[in-house]
Amino acid sequence: MSAVTDILVIANRNVIKIRRVPEVLIFVLLSPIMFVLLFAYVFGNSIDIQGSSYREFLIAGIFAQTVMFGGTFTGAGIAEDMQKGIIDRFRSLPMSRSAVLTGRTLSDVIYNVMSVVIMSLTGLLVGWRIRGSILDALAGYLLLLVFAYAISWIMAYLALLVPSPEVINNASFMVIFPLTFVANTFVPAESLPGPLKTFAEWNPVSSVTQASRELFGNIPPGTPEPTAWPLQNATLYTLIWVVVIIGIFAPLAIRRYAQPR
Amino acid sequence: MTPSNEPPPAIRARGLRKTYGEVVALDGLDLDVPDGTVLALLGPNGAGKTTAVSILTTLLSADGGEGTVAGVDVLAEPGRVRERIGLSGQFAAVDEVLTGRENLQMIGRLYGMTRRAARRRATELLERFSLTEAGDRPVKGYSGGMRRRLDLAGALVAEPPVLFLDEPTTGLDPRSRNELWGVIRELVADGTTLLLTTQYLEEADQLADDIVVIDKGRAIARGTADDLKASLGRSRVEVVLADSAEADAVAAVLAAHGAADAEVDIGPERRRLSVQVDDGVAALSGVLGELRATDIELRDVGLRRPTLDDVFLTLTGSATEPTDTPEVAA
Ligand SMILES: Nc1ncnc2c1ncn2[C@@H]1O[C@H](COP(=O)(O)OP(=O)(O)O)[C@@H](O)[C@H]1O
Ligand SMILES: [Mg+2]
Repeated sequence: MSAVTDILVIANRNVIKIRRVPEVLIFVLLSPIMFVLLFAYVFGNSIDIQGSSYREFLIAGIFAQTVMFGGTFTGAGIAEDMQKGIIDRFRSLPMSRSAVLTGRTLSDVIYNVMSVVIMSLTGLLVGWRIRGSILDALAGYLLLLVFAYAISWIMAYLALLVPSPEVINNASFMVIFPLTFVANTFVPAESLPGPLKTFAEWNPVSSVTQASRELFGNIPPGTPEPTAWPLQNATLYTLIWVVVIIGIFAPLAIRRYAQPR
Repeated sequence: MTPSNEPPPAIRARGLRKTYGEVVALDGLDLDVPDGTVLALLGPNGAGKTTAVSILTTLLSADGGEGTVAGVDVLAEPGRVRERIGLSGQFAAVDEVLTGRENLQMIGRLYGMTRRAARRRATELLERFSLTEAGDRPVKGYSGGMRRRLDLAGALVAEPPVLFLDEPTTGLDPRSRNELWGVIRELVADGTTLLLTTQYLEEADQLADDIVVIDKGRAIARGTADDLKASLGRSRVEVVLADSAEADAVAAVLAAHGAADAEVDIGPERRRLSVQVDDGVAALSGVLGELRATDIELRDVGLRRPTLDDVFLTLTGSATEPTDTPEVAA
């Protein structure tokens, strides 16, 4: 019971920060807009997707990429709190040992909700449409957010290990860029050469992208079925990753936080 | 429990050890802070003060030794220790984006207070620390002294019986420092047990009942401030001359007023002379009176209180490492 209160108190603190530091918000909102516009207009005409417009294909990929980057905010926020001694103050209080991290990851979902909304609006402007049922689309958004939530636990753990916002930013860019590019986000996985293709097929970024495309109804009829199991069962495969990531990184991070060093 | 009439000390440490790779941060530190008293842990940068505080406040594990706080074993029951302590760390750990009031309310809630109790306590503390006016502004705009006071207020939210303050006045200007001393004195008058770390002998002298001087992770001296000053660093009367030719005459005057076993120190240019004295005020006025009667021209004359450097010089024969913090104005 008191753990729930602690989580809410911590989440409330982070929400106040989101409201009062608009600089972060601007970055959160502008970068997906920039990505949508860049890809739609720079590559939009040169990449050919069978039976579909590239923009329609692209949006789910950018959704996936953006929620991956969303985790960086969790990491940078925790690293900053470590550096400023705020984490140590929390650690000296008789409060739940998991509340600081849980409250942080939960409140950071707000960033991802906002960026998904902004991306959707930008997508609508460049011609993207939800062509499936509303329920499916909601499931698609939910899957993206749940996936993002798992990523933010990885970042939380990294930030406790290396409490420097700069290092967290650089490290996550170095991991997130390859992960989001060697995937079916911006080009079909089938078009990648040999080993990259296999990697892309098993990459959870691909499965979350594939699942979003399916749930938003962005895969036109007549598109050949993917050959790899993870892409044939994209939602299930994504959820397995979510469970595994949270199952590993949440306990690791909480232990790292709670243990006296 | 041991059958004894004396209450157990509020803070007790035995043989605390902590190493970071090659660096020995604590090398068998013992501490006893009786209930309701103030202990100053006095030492230069890197002496191990923060390490000791962190172990006793459950933030850090020890490689050896044991500690109890308010009768609770720090290593075995860290959760129960946290219910009984307040900590203000070496760097003010306040959230810059939140207002002062929000910072305090948040801490109150995390101590398990109801929303209303946390709100009332925050108002009380803002009042007590002269932050009422700034209380609803984000901490970003606070001065260093205000942040320090807010951080200290944060440590007091739950009225803990045992308080740890790690270098509470380092980096503050003399005025803010004096203000904070006043606040700390009030706290202690209410019966709170306090462990305070500092680099300033002056501060330990002002606030503490007992002082433990630590260097390289071990206690090198302990006692009351008076004990320490008497045995370690007596005040010095210092005279700066306009003309070095008069050094010998002045040295004779100083010797007459100096402590029985003290030698007059004559600086390299024979213009800055000093001597350790037993009673600073009496010696200073005696020296001044005699020198006035002559026509020796003085550039400066004063009573220099012993500093941590003097204490260290006496105890270890070597000066402290240079610190990046300003020396306290005596
Ligand atoms: N996390 C750490 N890693 C490595 N060395 C450390 C760490 N923390 C402290 N030390 C070292 O331990 C010694 C004691 O440090 P500390 O307790 O912070 O001293 P003080 O608070 O008295 O300045 C110093 O030599 C310091 O460099
Ligand atoms: Mg320190």
